Amino acid sequence: MIHDERSPAIEMRGIGKRFGATAANADVDFVARFGEVHALVGENGAGKSTLMSILAGLYRPDAGTLAIGGRPVRLRSPREAIGLGVGMVYQHFMLVEPFTVAENVLLGQERAGPWLETGAVERELRELGERYGLAVDPRAPVWTLSVGEQQRVEILRLLHRGAKILILDEPTAVLTPQEAAGLVRTLRGLAADGFCIVFISHKLDEVLAVADRVTVLRRGRVVGSVAAAESDRRSLARLMVGRELASLVERPAEEPHEAVATGEPVLELAGLRAEGDAGRPALAGIDLAVRAGETVGVAGVAGNGQRELAETITGLRRASGGRVRIGGADATNRSPGEIARAGVAHVPEDRLADGLIGGMDLAGNAILRRYRRPPLARGPFVVARAVAAFADRLLKEHGVAAPGRRTRLGTLSGGNQQKLLLGRELAGEPRLIVAVHPTRGVDVGATEAIHALLRAQRERGAATLLISEDLDELLALADRIAVLFEGRVMGIVPAAGADPERLGLLMAGVDGGGVAPVRRVAVAGG
Amino acid sequence: MDEVLSVAFLTSVLAAAIPAGTAILYACLGELLCERAGVLNLGVEGMMLMGALGGVAATLWSGSVWVGTLGALLVGAGMASIHAVLTVGLGANQVVSGLALTLFGGGFSAFLGQDLVGRPVPATFGDLAVPVLADIPEIGRILFRQDALVYVSYALVPLLWLFIGRTRAGLRLRAVGERPEAADAMGVSVGRLRALYVVLGGALAGVGGAAISLGTNPGWQEGMTAGRGRIAVALVIFAGWNPLRAALGAYLFGGVEAGQFRLQGAGVPVSSFFLNMLPYLFTIAVLVLATREAARRRLGGPAALGRPYAREERG
Repeated sequence: MIHDERSPAIEMRGIGKRFGATAANADVDFVARFGEVHALVGENGAGKSTLMSILAGLYRPDAGTLAIGGRPVRLRSPREAIGLGVGMVYQHFMLVEPFTVAENVLLGQERAGPWLETGAVERELRELGERYGLAVDPRAPVWTLSVGEQQRVEILRLLHRGAKILILDEPTAVLTPQEAAGLVRTLRGLAADGFCIVFISHKLDEVLAVADRVTVLRRGRVVGSVAAAESDRRSLARLMVGRELASLVERPAEEPHEAVATGEPVLELAGLRAEGDAGRPALAGIDLAVRAGETVGVAGVAGNGQRELAETITGLRRASGGRVRIGGADATNRSPGEIARAGVAHVPEDRLADGLIGGMDLAGNAILRRYRRPPLARGPFVVARAVAAFADRLLKEHGVAAPGRRTRLGTLSGGNQQKLLLGRELAGEPRLIVAVHPTRGVDVGATEAIHALLRAQRERGAATLLISEDLDELLALADRIAVLFEGRVMGIVPAAGADPERLGLLMAGVDGGGVAPVRRVAVAGG
Repeated sequence: MDEVLSVAFLTSVLAAAIPAGTAILYACLGELLCERAGVLNLGVEGMMLMGALGGVAATLWSGSVWVGTLGALLVGAGMASIHAVLTVGLGANQVVSGLALTLFGGGFSAFLGQDLVGRPVPATFGDLAVPVLADIPEIGRILFRQDALVYVSYALVPLLWLFIGRTRAGLRLRAVGERPEAADAMGVSVGRLRALYVVLGGALAGVGGAAISLGTNPGWQEGMTAGRGRIAVALVIFAGWNPLRAALGAYLFGGVEAGQFRLQGAGVPVSSFFLNMLPYLFTIAVLVLATREAARRRLGGPAALGRPYAREERG
């Protein structure tokens, strides 16, 4: 353990790292001290995670030097990083789900004796948890824990191993506002105890609230490092994006909303039930209606049935009870093809798993919804010329930046993939759009384009079910927001003037004054 | 037919089921370890055949079955290290590499063993009666008048069960098979551990081969494992990756195999072709049932089974 108060905790100089043709980091300098919360901000793809993975020993840099506690080091593995007191909480938790909390903490630790004994660790975890506000049952299997609790396990595990430098990669993205506030208190407490906390985020309000210093990355390079107290949203946003962006600087919630539309209901769910992947109930009786020209947002902490809801509506998952009606006709447990033909567009959570084919070219991906019918099809054949014309038009209309329609889809950025997907799904003027995290992993420019597309669809009269973990996005786009908790709708509130505090309570399963049973039985995290 | 239903007949079938099942059991335990570490090795049949041949050759050379068994173990481990280099080291497709290993083991053992076909082995595993226990009526005859490899397997099953579930090394083994990224981030060397268990699995498959060539069917015959290696792979699924259930499954198969011979011997009027088919029919039936049960109870194999792990791959 190196712990010299006067030396910087972390000193990275001239760090470079390439993945294939892309430079994820180029000539990056990054310095953080013990006793401070240091935020690392930047757009998606700016190189934040790569830089911190280098610090955590997961990636090796192509260039540059690294010193921890004033001593130059060369990290070859995460084990070495942990040995030097550096630990990272990844966005995708590094927990073994079938293991208990204590087993996860023990994994990889050197202790005497061949036997797996968890008693001592359980005691130590309880003590650490009390001290830093990280309560979690050491005997619980990880898959039974909520996402917020799993995050606490990650932090506890690093503390238990004696880490003095903690790196957290977008830790609040998966938390309710209340959980996020609790995490911020924990991090401030750790900093006050002399820990060095590196906090990766792109949410500027949060960064300004928690951090002492902020370092901004853009396209793999550091474009500024400032004291949080001397900074504000506007200046950080300008650094991050390199230009002024209205949506980042102004609170989207303040944009005017028209009154709730009075069109015909397009999507009606009555008592909808479905099982999750692990066979536990994921939807426990959902009642919800979306009218033409209306956008209904679905908020909730990850893993409370959002994915299952979208999959059940679009025919990818069997409903075990209840009904789905689309445009007044029953569509329960119809095939995905039938549902699509009924005028339903689907923007899935994982676009490369359920929406697009990475190994196929752009033209192939563009025609997936319509290659069976003329003019693209003639008998068993696909008409090459018609396909080319259709694909070229789609790419142009939606501003997909790509060398051409023959480009392999997997080589495009997330934003361009998503624009192509949306273009394909919206081409048939659907009456219902089911969009799940439409802007996740997408850069700010593409996010604006996607939001504009969804707004235009709403004005055209399409009904939209928008599932998102980003409250700002929901407040900006939705007319009403339904909050999911453990597979139920906890409440539906109008988006105009919605109180994030109240939404947060609903997301945590607390309904107004009464407290719902917050036992997690229904849903596995992640 | 009366003869078939007698206690004596049943006892003799069960007593034969244990050694017949033991060869499958060793191979199955080996594959189980390998799969728990996240690597599928479909080359068990090839490793068993090479092990069977290696056992015979080493016994002929040394005159000792134990040296023979050691030889089988080393040959099996050597075969498996090919799989380890290809799949763990180079990230090759595990299914292709395993199938290649089966074909290679079958052909290569036939080639190397040409001169050994039909040669009697100077020493084989003979039955040893365990004092006191062997005298228990029926049970003693079934369980405690067996050869040394059977007794070793009796100990190996609970030891492996304890190892996987109750030791720190077992925790690492399971972590590497369930979530290699997490194990890696916690400082466990994923590649090294996976390679180790692939090689250990091969060593056990080799011993499984020796259990045939030095035990139940002494001597070398081309293709003498007769699909037992493939059955062992299927059994791992039936066992739900649990050594105790693997033993149960292996003895069940041993029972079908032994019963088939005894039924033929007893002159039951059923085509011998049909009886020869029984173990394989049984495999299909067991797989259907085990898969259905796994689906019902949501039992899965190790989550990362068959998935190569490389650290710097992105998303």
